Amino acid sequence: MKTAVIVFPASNCDRDIAVALEQATGTKPAMVWHGDTDLPDADFYALPGGFSYGDYLRAGAMAAKSPIMQAVIDKAKAGAPVIGVCNGFQVLCETGLLPGALMRNAGLDFVCRTVTLKIENNQSIFTRGFEKGAYVNFPVAHHDGNYYADDETLDRLEGEGRVALRYVDNPNGSARDIAGLINDSGNVMGLMPHPERVISPLLGGTDGAAFFKGLIEAVS
Amino acid sequence: MTAITPEIVAEHGLNADEYERIKAHMGREPNLVELGVFSVMWSEHCSYKSSRRHLKKLPTSAPWVVQGPGENAGVIDIGNDNDGVPLVAVFKMESHNHPSFIEPYQGAATGVGGIMRDVFTMGARPVANLNALRFGDWSHPKTRHLVGGVVAGIGGYGNCMGVPTVGGETNFHPGYNGNILVNAMTVGIAEKARIFYSAARGAGNPVVYVGSKTGRDGIHGATMASAEFDDASEEKRPTVQVGDPFTEKLLLEACLELMASDAIVAIQDMGAAGLTSSSVEMAAKGGGGFELDLDHVPQREENMTAYEMMLSESQERMLMVLKPGREDAARAIFEKWGVDFAVIGVTTDTGRLVIKHQGETVADMPVPPLADDAPNYDRPYEPQPKPAPLPDPALTYREAQAVLKSPGKSEEEMRTIAETLIADRLSDAELVEAVGMTLTPGEAKIYARSKPDGVKFDGFEEAARNLASSGVVETAEVEQREEQLSLAEAPGGDTMLTALAKLMAAPDLCSRRWIWEQYDHTVMGDTVIAPGGDAALIRVHGANRGLAVTTDVTPRYVKADPHEGGKQAVAETYRNICATGAAPLAITNCLNFGNPERPEVMAQFVGAVEGVAEACEALNYPVVSGNVSLYNETNGAAIPPTPAIGGVGVIEDVTKAVRVGGAEAGEELIAVGVTRGWLGQSLYLRELFGLEEGAPPPVDLELERKTGDLIRKLIDEGIVTACHDVADGGLLVAAAEMALSAGRGLNLTTPVKARKAAFWFGEDQGRYLLAAAPAAADTLLLKAAMAGVQASKIGRFGGPDLLLDDRDALSLLDLSDIFESALPDYMKSGAKETNSMAMAGEDIKKLILEALPDAEIELEDLAGDNDHWRARIVSSAFNGKSRVQQHQLVYRALKGRMGGELHALALETEAKE
Repeated sequence: MKTAVIVFPASNCDRDIAVALEQATGTKPAMVWHGDTDLPDADFYALPGGFSYGDYLRAGAMAAKSPIMQAVIDKAKAGAPVIGVCNGFQVLCETGLLPGALMRNAGLDFVCRTVTLKIENNQSIFTRGFEKGAYVNFPVAHHDGNYYADDETLDRLEGEGRVALRYVDNPNGSARDIAGLINDSGNVMGLMPHPERVISPLLGGTDGAAFFKGLIEAVS
Repeated sequence: MTAITPEIVAEHGLNADEYERIKAHMGREPNLVELGVFSVMWSEHCSYKSSRRHLKKLPTSAPWVVQGPGENAGVIDIGNDNDGVPLVAVFKMESHNHPSFIEPYQGAATGVGGIMRDVFTMGARPVANLNALRFGDWSHPKTRHLVGGVVAGIGGYGNCMGVPTVGGETNFHPGYNGNILVNAMTVGIAEKARIFYSAARGAGNPVVYVGSKTGRDGIHGATMASAEFDDASEEKRPTVQVGDPFTEKLLLEACLELMASDAIVAIQDMGAAGLTSSSVEMAAKGGGGFELDLDHVPQREENMTAYEMMLSESQERMLMVLKPGREDAARAIFEKWGVDFAVIGVTTDTGRLVIKHQGETVADMPVPPLADDAPNYDRPYEPQPKPAPLPDPALTYREAQAVLKSPGKSEEEMRTIAETLIADRLSDAELVEAVGMTLTPGEAKIYARSKPDGVKFDGFEEAARNLASSGVVETAEVEQREEQLSLAEAPGGDTMLTALAKLMAAPDLCSRRWIWEQYDHTVMGDTVIAPGGDAALIRVHGANRGLAVTTDVTPRYVKADPHEGGKQAVAETYRNICATGAAPLAITNCLNFGNPERPEVMAQFVGAVEGVAEACEALNYPVVSGNVSLYNETNGAAIPPTPAIGGVGVIEDVTKAVRVGGAEAGEELIAVGVTRGWLGQSLYLRELFGLEEGAPPPVDLELERKTGDLIRKLIDEGIVTACHDVADGGLLVAAAEMALSAGRGLNLTTPVKARKAAFWFGEDQGRYLLAAAPAAADTLLLKAAMAGVQASKIGRFGGPDLLLDDRDALSLLDLSDIFESALPDYMKSGAKETNSMAMAGEDIKKLILEALPDAEIELEDLAGDNDHWRARIVSSAFNGKSRVQQHQLVYRALKGRMGGELHALALETEAKE
């Protein structure tokens, strides 16, 4: 099982997700520099959290135009599994691989806390390890996690079962409590919460470890 | 070239003597650039000229200390990682007080950025940030704005850097209304074999500038940090720097990548006084000189002068000295990360700092006097007398009963007489708590009870007797009596638990969740104990061990007794670290005080430093880095003395650590340490009764160490399920915090018959609360007895409530709501801000004179804002009354304006005999 993590200049969860992927696969992921144009061959690609290029403009907007992202877009369109966590979710929305946008939190403040999420769809490769309707606890840590899309898009996403995770107690004002989304072909997922931060009882939980284990089993 | 006039010298914060010394060192008049360089190097901020001789008293060595004070940060051994590589922790705390008061977001953000640079300059990756914050009173109109800005600024910088902000502390007190404190601490981890220092040894090595371009921001920040505030300070906004955490993140990664090679001879962050202090300190430590050509400095603005470039405090910059020939390899790394890299000079063996600009030599000065011959003042100080322990304060209730008899009169007639008397003499609800009356034909009995410390019922007695002497009734018998209620016994009119609820909503005790949820505290995936407990605990990446980190100081203790307060600050960090199971190893500090040229402030400084030194010595807990911030005053009013201590400890096996929460139903609550019920300087007296009096609780350092050793042993043996140190608010607050954190109720039993409130709310030092399963609890008590440490069961976890002595109950949900909502509600509401209105001195005098006609009043406007007053009042109305009662008479005279129109009134009262 080969995995790869894209590293933008101010990614800051790149190490965290690499640790989680290594724990799930037994192999260190390839770390891919944003300035590269070619992706190594891998079974799974991850866009980590952080601030990519400082996010002084719109979160993820510049990263979406970075050299490596064209390669990621091509891979995703060819069906490779891609996940974007937090800033990675913002980047996926900015590239158009996922619909909608992530706006400033409704409360205007940065919010870091553990939230409870409901698994809405366990048919995707990303959530197959959970029962439908199960609850998991992941931390969130973001300033711009308020998911927005127009009603028609939201209806379509819900109708097609593409809302993978919903907040039980919405921390950021996201439309219809959406915490995580899947693209129409089911190989790209974006989520604001950080499963990679709960991979050991020592760190407050193991739901993230279960998430990556299920995911890796599904793509193997 | 500008001629140097005495005005220019004064503008640079230098006095005439200092200027003469500069001329002697130069052998001529300095030019403006040279004067500027001297002024920042000799500023209080860079030279510690008022504090140096006292800082020498601090113990700085232990077998595990790798680098003590004098470098960018302190370094201690923390053992090996799982691959056997020896690791060190690198840490320091620094103030950014003045900038944060002027521009809270950027001031706090750049404070965080600066302290992180101090740590990664030494080759360490920052792994934890902490912040010790002090703000003014909640009712002060600026407080809300400052809290919001500072918290957002800390989060804005640290969150982008991807370094978890895991701890700290926040206090509110009117003493900080005009001068807040923002002290930032960073802890990093490095390989012991790869620590980088600032001594630029060797001549002919390239001097390299990396990081952000230089602009005109922050010029003279170091001199600003060494001056008192006045009302014009807000005009100083352009001297506050603007932070760019993105660039700092790039700088961090690029520096660490270069540090993996052996290209670097020396490196130093450009912090306060920027290029000047970094080049002078590097040259001085290396025993050589620097020759710099400012034309090569990356510049953000056009036409910058040499003076501006040397004094700019633009952020996110570093100065390095490389081995010759390594420039290209280094440049490639910085270009990869998109960070400016410029060779701007060369090291020399001349011992001089030579600065060139546009082909001319604009400064040529000797390095050693700049760095090592700054003035070293022995400022006079007058130690304040040690305060006496506080006798238990008491409230006085008064009761009066009048029996009016007039056998010929009907019940209705008696009612009219009695009601008239009540309306005339007992209608003031602020003084009278209860009035009762019983009527029969020909007789009326009137009963009255005063509010605590209410005035005597003499007026009532006189009026009742007048009814008899004037013949309205035949006889009038009046009795008055007094009842004393000790505050050590009971919290006035409250029950123990209603008093607890009030305390848990107080600004200094309520939940700080609103603050720390704005900080990313889980990034890096190693946060074992997150904010909200005692010390935070970070796992060392790639190892089983962890670092416990905390910041503490109790300024009210330091103000009352600087020496004991200094000891207590160190002891509290020690206790917080022990409470997780970790062994305390070393501290950093940030010593915030007022103007050292005032002997009473200097006495606070010296007393606190000596107290810190005594505690560090006794606990084998040395100081490895630190920072002094003086001149924290506004218009002559100094802040409460605030020597913030940052402690670091190590636990060998993080899986053994315990938290504040974690107790299960059925487990015992055990109090460890001696509880005498020390009320002096307690939050109980301050928050509930407005008393900030007496001596602070003393710290027995020998017992502190013995108790700490025991606690760590018990945690290591796995027989403790939760642990919390007992601090502000005493046992009951600590117990409530454990219950809230565990989400379990608690059934408490008061083990004493007398001074019950003092037992629950006293702030005796050296205490912990532990939770343990019933079987383990007995073992625990035995082990404590063997160790010579007092311990006893005081409660049992379980149920939905806090229950005291099977009578008094408070639902945990209600308490949680009170505790959690206080700060967010305050931050949301604007009510207090708009209600506040200054009150003229004449109005205050008039109100006091109305109530106390013979009063002699001296009134002083402390902040020049009609808002913070000091009053000295002498009146015969105070004769025979306690201090509390005297103050209450004054507050009553002000008719509820305290806390409304009138923010702060420091009262001194005296009886007129």
